[in-house]
Amino acid sequence: MKRALSVVVVHYFMLTVLALMCLAPIAVIFATSLRQQVQIFSEPLNFLFTPTLENYRAVLQEDKLDVYLKNSLIVGVISTLITLVIGCMAAYGLARFRFFGRTTLAYTTLLLRTVPLAVLAIPVFVIWNQWNLVNSLWGLILLYVAVNLPFTIWLLYGFVLQVPVELEEAAAIDGCGPLRVFTSVFLPLMAPGLAAASIFTFRIAWNEFILALVLTDRHTRTLPVAASLFITDMGVDWGKVMAMGSLIAIPPLIFTFVAARQIIGGLTAGAVKG
Amino acid sequence: MRVSRWTTAIYLGPAVLVMAAACLYPVLTAFQLAGFKWEMGTPWDSAQWVGLDNFAAAFGNEQVWSSLWTTLLFAGVCVAAEMVLGIALALALEHPVRGMAIFRTIFILPMMIAPIAVGLAWRYMFDAQFGLINAVLGLFNIKAMTWLADPTLAFVAIVIADIWQWTPFVFIMMLAALASVDGAVMEAARIDGANWWQQIFLVKLPMVMHVIAITLMMRLIDAFRVLEVVYVLTFGGPGNSTEILALHIYKTAFVGQQMGVAAAVSVLLLVVVAGLSWAALRLSNPMKDDA
Repeated sequence: MKRALSVVVVHYFMLTVLALMCLAPIAVIFATSLRQQVQIFSEPLNFLFTPTLENYRAVLQEDKLDVYLKNSLIVGVISTLITLVIGCMAAYGLARFRFFGRTTLAYTTLLLRTVPLAVLAIPVFVIWNQWNLVNSLWGLILLYVAVNLPFTIWLLYGFVLQVPVELEEAAAIDGCGPLRVFTSVFLPLMAPGLAAASIFTFRIAWNEFILALVLTDRHTRTLPVAASLFITDMGVDWGKVMAMGSLIAIPPLIFTFVAARQIIGGLTAGAVKG
Repeated sequence: MRVSRWTTAIYLGPAVLVMAAACLYPVLTAFQLAGFKWEMGTPWDSAQWVGLDNFAAAFGNEQVWSSLWTTLLFAGVCVAAEMVLGIALALALEHPVRGMAIFRTIFILPMMIAPIAVGLAWRYMFDAQFGLINAVLGLFNIKAMTWLADPTLAFVAIVIADIWQWTPFVFIMMLAALASVDGAVMEAARIDGANWWQQIFLVKLPMVMHVIAITLMMRLIDAFRVLEVVYVLTFGGPGNSTEILALHIYKTAFVGQQMGVAAAVSVLLLVVVAGLSWAALRLSNPMKDDA
């Protein structure tokens, strides 16, 4: 059905207003990070300022942010890789195999997905102290893998169901062992699912704050924890804080622009199709 | 597919092991911790079994109840506003237009970037002296408000931040759901003489009721888990006007150093969230057997 031009114009106008509302606070983070402290305090609505990278230089060199950036990257990348490997195997097993306790496992997995991280922080702090995992990046990685697995398994489960089992059976008849079937036939078909899962997993690991705050010290801190420590009752050095905020925001922004389709597919999976 | 027990164990073992050790075990430990008095920094062996004392302390504490009330109010107001706004916007803008992919990409940005960064952005914008919001209000001759220093306004501030972050989620979910509505059904309703109001509320929305219900449950569960944005924006203040349960738990444990009492309160939050999750699973189990 053809729509009147005025309707289309109103449609685009509304979309643009919404988009600007979504972008404004994010733009504020980046704009403030490029300002000098004097300007930040004096003229909030002056957008014609000379940008400076001084805040970035200050946080990276003086405040050891390079170390925290490295920690964040290590924790994000390694925990994402581990989550994908064992999450994909588990999703495959849950979708394809029939075994005792399968339903219980599926339900427990789904329920674990919703545990508030504040609830998890207390026992984890006690247990990680007993296991000597406090203040170590591996302790954080183990935790992020565990926290991310339920959602990853749930997401990949849906993708596994879309791979026709006949393909795998045909490969098995042609003489492939179970492992060969998994790696050479099944995995290549899972690429879109794995892409979506990796973005969600990395995002959680990269953005997570409260568990990292409780479990790290000044050597193993991640970026969000470092940024939070700049907020004090004495006042906030907004230029520096926003430079950190920008560094934290950049990777998810890039992923979103590269893989928006996969992300939206992951968000709506299950709810809309099932 | 029937496979040997060993194959099953190899595929599922690692994931089950990690989730059991680092997620399920800690959750169960929270219940155990709630029964002990333990000083942070001392060996666990020195902890004393105190039975239900921690629960008594938690539920006898006025602050826990006010915190629970703040949480319920926060979740209720945020989720209601997000659902109404998200559904209304989706109904208004469901017609496919060129370039929608770009808009959709922009709409998911607020939920993709770190809650910490979101909190920072809003804290800066709500700043009383040099914040953007007061500056803009000033253009309309509205006098500057001390947003984060006033109990009511601080609560409004955390609600606004949450609505900003999550309305797009409802919007995107509803767009996907509305796109799946069969055009022929709407055509039939029109031919049968249903007016605009009837088409929306008696035909279209009931057809996507399932998605609305699931989206609502997902939002509710997440609203009870919110912590980081509020941590940065107000840290529960002023007073404890924005101290949601998750933040109260964190403060009790790591600022007040009362691990046992905090564990007792976290059992309360866990029960609320588990109840909601159970209801959500009843609505839609993505891992049904016959899938």
